[in-house]
Amino acid sequence: MSILKHHAKIETNVVLLMVGILLTVIIGGIVEIVPLFTITETIEKVEGVRPYSPLEQEGRNIYVREGCYVCHSQMIRPFRDEVERYGHYSLAAESMYDHPFQWGSKRIGPDLARVGGKYSNDWHVRHLNNPRDVVPESIMPTYSHLHTPLNFDDIVANMKTLRVVGVPYTADDIAHAKDDIVAQASNAASTDALLQRYPKASVGKKDKTTDQITEMDALVAYLQMLGTLVDFSTEKPDAIR
Amino acid sequence: MGTNAEKDPISGQYTTGHEWDGIKELNTPLPRWWVWVFYATIVWAVAYWVLYPSWPTLSGYWQGTLGWHSRTQVVQEIDQAKSAKAVYLSKIQNASLEDIVKDKDLLNFALTGGRSIFNENCAACHGGGGVGAYGFPNLADDQWLWGGTLDDIKTTITYGVRNTNPNSHQSEMPAWGGGDPLSDADLNNLAEYVLSLSKSSTDQAAAQKGLDIYAERCTPCHGEAGEGNQAVGAPALVSGLWLYKGKSQKAEIMSQVRNPKGGVMPSWSDRGMDETTLKILAVYVHSLGGGK
Repeated sequence: MSILKHHAKIETNVVLLMVGILLTVIIGGIVEIVPLFTITETIEKVEGVRPYSPLEQEGRNIYVREGCYVCHSQMIRPFRDEVERYGHYSLAAESMYDHPFQWGSKRIGPDLARVGGKYSNDWHVRHLNNPRDVVPESIMPTYSHLHTPLNFDDIVANMKTLRVVGVPYTADDIAHAKDDIVAQASNAASTDALLQRYPKASVGKKDKTTDQITEMDALVAYLQMLGTLVDFSTEKPDAIR
Repeated sequence: MGTNAEKDPISGQYTTGHEWDGIKELNTPLPRWWVWVFYATIVWAVAYWVLYPSWPTLSGYWQGTLGWHSRTQVVQEIDQAKSAKAVYLSKIQNASLEDIVKDKDLLNFALTGGRSIFNENCAACHGGGGVGAYGFPNLADDQWLWGGTLDDIKTTITYGVRNTNPNSHQSEMPAWGGGDPLSDADLNNLAEYVLSLSKSSTDQAAAQKGLDIYAERCTPCHGEAGEGNQAVGAPALVSGLWLYKGKSQKAEIMSQVRNPKGGVMPSWSDRGMDETTLKILAVYVHSLGGGK
């Protein structure tokens, strides 16, 4: 066949082969890179998404450290079975302050994109302490070691770094970071300023085993806000493309 | 085909005409059907690009001539599923709980749907199959804190227990311990008496001493014989089934009298469950084994 004859020419001529490879890679590259130039249109504009509060960010770091993403995704796909089980499908805007994102690629456990508010704080603490206490058939490992005090000396550096990659923390946010952690993880402190900066944050002591702020407090505060920021009674993203 | 191509006597194919240290390579063409399938996939891909969302453009992306979008599809699929269920759902909406249980078709529908709803919303606390856990009532036995009839169960699910909904079940067991008014010795005797109600006391003398304390302080809610009172969510102590079950049941009872715990259950109507879903769930929970 005539086309196949020409194909033999490309395969036996080094320069032609290189040009062919280059063309193929350029096209593939453009397809992947061009959407990044239009990212402002790719991410829907929805009300409510905000950067993580310092305590939530610490909890998120623990989530990453413990490898939760290995078994749990944070990405509800627009399929009926997922929407009926987990809630509204995930929007790009909901993970725009995630560095790195936690969409995951495997579900050994359930999706967590909208786990916030689904269970009580006590449930989360007991479940992390020993999943079998509340879900007898669970195969999740125990995370009782999270009852250790939270070291949040690095939160300021963490937030400054996130600001470099595009998370809009203000100087005010960063200056109050440590106070905000204490305010969010205790029952006594005033949370007005915190909630002004980070609306819908889950406040209050979660880990009742000690008065110190623990890693458990941070992780549960993070889990309890997941997917709660966008109010889908007013946002109708199926109209937004 | 190279100029030195020659026919291989064994396979009957031509060689490529190259020779490397005496090794020659057969030039076996791909089967014709395979080549045509390959071309067909290319044509398919081009058609797909035109019909469906595919290539990025400078100001967005090519949306496809069919106008297909995963977000509109999921809305359609959910609507379709809703209309497929609509016949049963409207029957359930209009039927009383008793009628649903009597109608074989409706009961089947409610039990199947109820199981999914239960597993998704209730099993986290009440366990798979409703077997309960420490502090979370077992729904598969025949002891009910707030009543086990179809209507009682539906009320409890609808409004919950000890939450902010004004219609939720509210009750708080008073703290009796800490020496005010009961000393630790009193607590011990009382716990023995409570255990004796289910014939599991090991110290009859202490249980005798606990009788008066029980009669004075506990009978208003838990009843003279420990039969409980579902109007205030007071557990039946005669049953020997414990919400807070421990290795030492006496220690659990003493702890509960000294510093009472009271579980919280959300109001599922407040959490967006509609009337039909609540009915289905009530029928399912009622079926778990202990429904009255």
